[in-house]
Amino acid sequence: MKVMKIVVCVKQIPDPATPGSLDSSTNALKRDGKLILDDSDAYGVEMALQLATAAGGGEVSIVSMAPNNETSGMRTALAMGAVRGVLVSDPALGGSDALTTAKVLAAAINKVGMPDLVIAATESTDGYTGTVPEQIAEVLGLPSVTFAKKVKVEGGTLKIDRQTEAGYDEVECPLPALVSVTAGVVEPRYPSFKGIMDAKKKEIVTVTAADLGVTPVGWSGAGQKVSSVTQAEARKAGQVIEDDGEAFNKIVAFLETLKVI
Amino acid sequence: MAVNNVWVFAQGNNGTITSFTAELLTKARSLTDNVSAFVPGDGSALADALGKYGAKKVYSTGDLGGRLVGVAASNAMKSVIDGGDKPDLILFPQNYDGRDTIARLSVKLGVTVLTNSIDIAINGGDVVATTPIFGGNVLFATAFSGPGPHLASFRPKSFAAEESGGGAAQVVAVTVPDGGVTAAARVTAVHVEETSGPKLDEANIVVSGGRGLGESTNFAMVEELAKLLHGAPGASRAIVDAGWVPYSYQVGQTGKVVKPSVYIAAGISGATQHMVGMKGSKNIIAINKDKEAPIFAVADLGIVGDVHKVLPKLIEALKARG
Repeated sequence: MKVMKIVVCVKQIPDPATPGSLDSSTNALKRDGKLILDDSDAYGVEMALQLATAAGGGEVSIVSMAPNNETSGMRTALAMGAVRGVLVSDPALGGSDALTTAKVLAAAINKVGMPDLVIAATESTDGYTGTVPEQIAEVLGLPSVTFAKKVKVEGGTLKIDRQTEAGYDEVECPLPALVSVTAGVVEPRYPSFKGIMDAKKKEIVTVTAADLGVTPVGWSGAGQKVSSVTQAEARKAGQVIEDDGEAFNKIVAFLETLKVI
Repeated sequence: MAVNNVWVFAQGNNGTITSFTAELLTKARSLTDNVSAFVPGDGSALADALGKYGAKKVYSTGDLGGRLVGVAASNAMKSVIDGGDKPDLILFPQNYDGRDTIARLSVKLGVTVLTNSIDIAINGGDVVATTPIFGGNVLFATAFSGPGPHLASFRPKSFAAEESGGGAAQVVAVTVPDGGVTAAARVTAVHVEETSGPKLDEANIVVSGGRGLGESTNFAMVEELAKLLHGAPGASRAIVDAGWVPYSYQVGQTGKVVKPSVYIAAGISGATQHMVGMKGSKNIIAINKDKEAPIFAVADLGIVGDVHKVLPKLIEALKARG
């Protein structure tokens, strides 16, 4: 049986637990510290590993784009079971818009070799433009099924439950294709100790945008410019009380003043 | 760049447009008199409703026959634009099909997208979209710098919908070009998840539960309280990811945006991801064990306490009132 080839697009982001900040000269999100694998992407990596197993054999590769040679987040994906990675790292990539990001990732996927399936999260946790997966599909000329909450492959055809406003649609799509998966679609595994050790030996190829033939990138390729950054009007905190066993009465009284009960 | 022709990606069914569509049409009207709606489906059935909110014209693809909207609508838009009818700006809803369509179209046209915005304005020669970041603490104003059509998508409830009193929009039928291999996906079945009570994003009162509930069975308290208050139950991403409740319950950056009169957060700490989706509520009540929880910074009434104790008492008290 043919080995199923899957590429997962992952993003390495600043730890969401620490407050984000902006570079004062460019107004871009600061991404200079240690980066971790975006939680949203762990679902895609896990989905890829499960589909590869279900296919009776497969190979999961990852691609990522980061301005500073950062690979620690990619190592997490490799520790989970992906076999190799391609990192596009290039100072010139700073300030790239979503369209440029999609072109760069599409070129990186082609460098790995056109797979049967490309998987991505629906959006990143830090930037959340939320268009990159579908843009990659368009650049690669692939069909796509976005917002998947259930994914299986039967006889070379994807069978997907796609989230909709009203519920979900069952969608069928031939391979090769791109799928974006919602958070919670599968339970991501924790990397084993052996997995973590093995990941250190796995290959991550680092290339520049120019190596991939994608230009212009970064600020010069973006069709947008930041015109101002302002603080939003902050919402004021109200009354905070410790529950003495009777605090529910305060809620009842508040609801009464609001005339909702 | 002057903005003289604005399109709105419009949705609806049974002759009714979505509230999201009405919001975007209202905003479009404030930018120009020349507003058109683009319906990925039977636009003629929506012509009256779209006209009422100011659309002069409605491009209608007709039934898509099981094709996914993103590929079909972007191909149809591209063919109208290539035919010489070129808008300066297209407004999209930040929802599933809106996102797919804006993404595909941006590649076809080679233009950037500005997404998750809450406002758009013409500022001198610039078209500037405003996007909240860091959980809404910082507002980013970004101008399109490339050629049009400019593509922007907006969060729900960014604009208040107002009728214009206009007559039915003129229907323009557009054919959907053959998308080739990119259009190979097909919808084979449609499932509507029936919920009793008001919809989460339209409810006057929302009661949401989070990880602080401890275990999935305790979500029943959230549902009971929501029902007693004639509101809708919601959830933080944490318990959606954990599989306690379906994704359709999720409030936040990657879920629904709600702006009810009263929002009750039970056992939710207030991660940025969640706050983005509920900070616009008129009144916020929070119950959480941890007095340092960020949710208290936005709550009008904060109860530092155990949801397992406070919720049952609150439910009993409301029941006793009948």
